[in-house]
Parts: sequence; structure tokens; C-alpha cells
Amino acid sequence: MSSGPAVPSSEPTVTPEDTSDGVTTVLGEAEIARALTRIAHEVVERNKGARDLVLLGIPTRGVPLAERLAERLATIEPGLVPADVVGELDVTMYRDDLHKHPVRTIGATRLPASGIDGKIVVLVDDVLFSGRTIRAALDAISDIGRPRAVQLAALVDRGHRELPIRPDYVGKNLPTSLSERVSVRLVETDGTPDGAAGSGQAVTDAVLISQRPTSTSSEGTR
Amino acid sequence: MKHLLSTADLTRADAIRILDTAAQMAATQSREIKKLPTLRGRTVVNLFFEDSTRTRISFETAAKRLSADVINFSAKGSSVSKGESLKDTALTLQAMGADAVVIRHQASGAPHTLAHAGWVEAAVVNAGDGMHQHPTQALLDAFTMRRHLVGRGAAGSAVVGDPTGQDLAGLRVAVVGDVLHSRVARSNVHLLHTLGAQVTLVAPPTLVPVGVETWPCDVSYHLDEVLAETAPDAVMMLRVQRERMSGSGAGGGAFFPNPLEYTRNFGLDGRRLALLPDHTIVMHPGPMNRGLEISAEAADSPRAVIVEQVANGVAVRMAVLYLLLAGDASKERAGLE
Repeated sequence: MSSGPAVPSSEPTVTPEDTSDGVTTVLGEAEIARALTRIAHEVVERNKGARDLVLLGIPTRGVPLAERLAERLATIEPGLVPADVVGELDVTMYRDDLHKHPVRTIGATRLPASGIDGKIVVLVDDVLFSGRTIRAALDAISDIGRPRAVQLAALVDRGHRELPIRPDYVGKNLPTSLSERVSVRLVETDGTPDGAAGSGQAVTDAVLISQRPTSTSSEGTR
Repeated sequence: MKHLLSTADLTRADAIRILDTAAQMAATQSREIKKLPTLRGRTVVNLFFEDSTRTRISFETAAKRLSADVINFSAKGSSVSKGESLKDTALTLQAMGADAVVIRHQASGAPHTLAHAGWVEAAVVNAGDGMHQHPTQALLDAFTMRRHLVGRGAAGSAVVGDPTGQDLAGLRVAVVGDVLHSRVARSNVHLLHTLGAQVTLVAPPTLVPVGVETWPCDVSYHLDEVLAETAPDAVMMLRVQRERMSGSGAGGGAFFPNPLEYTRNFGLDGRRLALLPDHTIVMHPGPMNRGLEISAEAADSPRAVIVEQVANGVAVRMAVLYLLLAGDASKERAGLE
């Protein structure tokens, strides 16, 4: 772990042991990798193989997680080609809180070439919280096809569900208080491609807990 | 963004955001189920004081695809024909709880008045006002150009494929025909300039408006020269608006001697089509006067994207309605304007 000089950036980069500004790292790179490997095995076990599986990541961070999960599935089930089973599902236009926030940018929805009809869809998201994102995702799925089953994988389940939704695969159960904020950092989405900060400090995968700044946080249902 | 009144108000970032959103909307329109629940419970009023088919249907389709309720109001058969003023019509719409008003009016500036007079709280979308602006048409034209021309390497950048986030830098566009009466031309000149394209207006001197030298574009009176010398990436033919030319007899008012001479000098036909580079697209905002500004050969050629423009119009209008209506209006209002 290279802990370079403090870099002034919008998001403070912390090393795992750093708790100075109230940020705690609960999962590091190795733990996230192990959790994904375990989830991959659980998916194969539950579905008795990887036939007819489609992994749909929910942007932003669900997408790289789905891709990583597919790579692990391919090592377990050699016939599987990751690119043929991974897609992304943008749920922005199905959210029930659109009018409570400034306008959200709509992401891309990209399905595998085989579509989702008759498949087993595994939704992949980073943090499971109120369940409202997943509710929106279920609505979005019903508009684009009719899968045989829909399952849910989340890297972190932080509780506080507001809807009758439960995950099928969980990386880590993380009991939290509502005043805390759980954020996931992934190399694919949060890395600085050209070293924007100027320092050579590499971004590593992590799950972080911090205190919400004040009562009105404009972050979504994280 | 609270209202969409003129393309001159749009920054480059605003315009790209609309085009990117439109691209996602267009992607949803190839699905079996095209309807999205996004604007459920919102009401969009189409307030049309001037005849229109495609723009009104396009806005209506866009609003319905986003699950908004649509109320169509056309001046014919309404209280306007009994002499009601724009203000009283607006107050009525406000009382009915309209969230967005899409207005087409024969008077330039009517949408601006509606947006800023304090009569309605709704978001106002200009669907064409007099000889002033038609911003959603310009946006759909830019969207169509970006889809066909950006990412194929013509603009210098060799990024092939996804044009998301890109502007129209380096593209050359010829806008040909009745510039004087065309709000489409005005909207396009500003938007295409904002997005980095070079626009050349081509028209007979009588159909070039006074003050055109202040517009961010070039002006030419010779179509053949422009096609041969600038090798435009897109040629946009404008409709000769004979209903706006007084005494619209055979001579088309006094703007040109006769239609045949206009066609010969400014019409796009097979011969002129052959002068263009292979990648050049042919556009027309519709409705077309076949045989006048565009020949059937040009209108039906594989490089004509005229029908696609109509389809893109729905996606662009969905994007505009989404960006105006989906967010928290009170926060937006505090931030802008």
C-alpha cells in the first residue's frame, strides 16, 4: 500500500488503515475478489451450471462487477464466454424518485445478443440499500423481455430495506446506521486513467463507510 | 434548463447533453415495448396556433412514450377563434395544472412571452415561432448529423462508432433555400455553430434575411460553387415557404421569377447529388416540395436521411421533455435563470 502525499481531490483517497477523516475501509481489494469468487460459485451451484445465465449490471458500479463475475464464471464453467452473458441495465427512467433530485443522466442499456427471454437474469449491483433501485430494475426488465427467473447479487447489503426485496447472493452483510454512507470504489470506474491527480497513487478496490456530511445529502439511495 | 426557447440559449454542454440523452431515448424506441414510465402523472399541453402535422405528432408521441398525459390544443375550434388572448389561454392552462407547454405560434417571440410573463409555471418548449426559432428541429438535425457523420473519421478524430459526448467539430453543412422565412435555418445556424460545425447558407439574394452578416455562418448565392468547393458533409434543403410569400402565384410572390428558375439554380437534383462526396447526407425538415427545392431522385436516394430525421425527432423531443420535466423543478429554477 503506497500512501503517497495527501492529494487535494474531490474524493479523498485513503489507504485501508486510514480512519482520520471518518472513513473506514470495510472491504479491501482481496476481500472483494474473494467475495466475487464465492458468489460465482454460489450462482453456479444454485442454477446447476451456467446455462442460460445472463448477468445484468446496474450502472455505474454494477457493470464492472458483472463483468468480473462473468470472468469467474468462465473459469468455473469453461464453455462460457463472458462477453456473451454480460449486459448493463440502466434503470434511471424507471426510478420513483426522479422528481426529488436534479435531472439524472440516463445511462446505456446493453443486452447480450441472445436477449433475456427465457434466461436466468442475475442483477448485479454494488450496494443494496432501500431496494428501490432493484424495484426499478425489475420494471425495466419486464419492459425488455420475459426472463425465466431473476436473481439478485449485491457486493454489500447494508440493510434498511423499504421494499420486500432480498438478495440471492451477497458479498458482505454490513449492518449500518442511516447516518452512515457506504461507497464502493472500483478500479474500472474510479481509477484515474491518465493520473488526473498527478500523483502516481493507484486507486484500489474498496468498500468504504463514512458519515453523511449533513442531513440533506443529494446522493441517491446508496 | 427550465425552458427551451431558442438554440442561441444553449451552451455546448447543454446541447451535447440533449443529444446524448436523445441517443439513449432512441435506443429504447427499438424495443418491443416502447413506453417508459418516466413522466407518469405529468401533463404536457400541445398549444398549436399554427398548422403542423409532424411536429405536433412528434411531440405527442414523445410525451406518450414517456407516459405523460397529453392535451392537444389547436387554435382552430378553440376559444382563440373567439378572440381569446394568449394570456387568458395561458392562465387557463395554468389552472388545469400543465407541467409543460409545447407552443407553436405565428408570432416570433410568443414562446418567450409565455415563459417569462409569469402566466404559467410550466416549462415552455418552443415548437416554432414565426420566423424566429424551431429549436427541437435543429436538435434533431444535429442528432442525425452526429449519428451519420461523427465517428467516421471525417472530422479528423478517428474515433469510430459511438458519438456519445462528441460535438460536430469540423463538419461542413450547407443550408440551401428559403432562409428568409425559415426558423429551421436560424435555429440550425446557432446550434451547429455552438457544436463546432461550419455552416454555409445558400439562397437567392431575395431570400437572405437582412442582418445575416451578424450570424455565425457564411452566405453564398451559388449552389454549384458551394457543393463543389466546400464539399459539404451534409446538405440541408429548406422548404420554399410559399404560404409566407405574399401573392403566392406562379411567381412565388416576388422572391424569384418562377419556380423553374428557382429549381434550376437552387434545387437539389441528380446532377448536383453526383457532385457531392460519397459520405454526404441529404436532409430536409419536411414537408417537401418535390420538384421545387428537391427532386424525387435526391429525396429518394440512399443518402437522403429525411425519414430518419422524423424518427430522430421523437427521440430528441423525448430527451427535451425528460430534461425539462423529470428533475426537481424547484431546485432547477433556483440554479438557472
